[in-house]
Amino acid sequence: MKRVAVIVFPGSNCDAETLAAARAAGSDAYFVWHRDTDLRQADVVILPGGFSYGDYLRSGAIARFSNIMGAVTEHARAGGAVLGICNGFQILCEGGLLPGGLMRNARLRFLSRPVWVRVEQTDTPFTCLYEKGEVLEIPVAHGDGRYVVDARTAAELEATDSVVWRYVRDNPNGSVNEIAGVTNAGRNVVGIMPHPERRDAPALGGQDGARVFHSMEARHATQHAADVRAVDDRHLRV
Amino acid sequence: MSAFRIEVRVMPRAALLDPQGQAVEHALHALGFGEVARVRMGKHLVLEVKAASRDEALARARVMCDRLLANPVTEDYDLAVDGGAAR
Repeated sequence: MKRVAVIVFPGSNCDAETLAAARAAGSDAYFVWHRDTDLRQADVVILPGGFSYGDYLRSGAIARFSNIMGAVTEHARAGGAVLGICNGFQILCEGGLLPGGLMRNARLRFLSRPVWVRVEQTDTPFTCLYEKGEVLEIPVAHGDGRYVVDARTAAELEATDSVVWRYVRDNPNGSVNEIAGVTNAGRNVVGIMPHPERRDAPALGGQDGARVFHSMEARHATQHAADVRAVDDRHLRV
Repeated sequence: MSAFRIEVRVMPRAALLDPQGQAVEHALHALGFGEVARVRMGKHLVLEVKAASRDEALARARVMCDRLLANPVTEDYDLAVDGGAAR
């Protein structure tokens, strides 16, 4: 059972669903208030969606300086798993834990509807239970979801397989290369614009997002298998 | 120590799509202002900064922009102090 810290900022509004989704996946999930400095031995940190500090100045720009972010950065630098969902993704970009930034949607409208994303990478702590190429239906709810990086960084992200999810069928917000989620060089920090916690039960219209949370629990076994595979690819396939 | 009034202009990077500026441009066209070729929209912040000199106030304001007021990935900024543009 993984210890999962869900950080609560003033203006977070997906914290309860995120906690519930982590618990439904079997995790020992708990809230950590942004003023705290202690993650209480978390294995995984999740920055949930919402509108921290009212999105004043820029989405995530003020939350990234919260007390708790020092501990989150330390956890990430030590290789600990961190997931940012929507506003959490914006905070991770503002804080420099993920490359790029998120700007106003290309067509300006706040989008609150299902989108389709393709799973591009399955070697992260949050996607290891998905199949590469699987298409998921997950809702977005954002005004500032247009992922932006310069051309050189975009090429680098592609070359290093750092794009984790990509919008398919349509690009709802004008993101560069249809990017819906990315990971860092260490592949332990992941950001996603759609809300997997809003699709983790049939009653919510589907459960395409549930394995994001189940992946956290399955991670250890998968990591081990990946290590063995790296030694000799012919002997073990996962 | 004196107080310097520093104006910070933050603009979306020139190469990036600015949908807000475009929407304003379209609205101007709809009102008959066809001479408007392009609109970009950014933010304007006014800071009152205590410092020993104008240069020090500007240097501090630059640090503030780099750390918080502008996002280097998506925005550019420039500064003006007490009405004059900073070099």
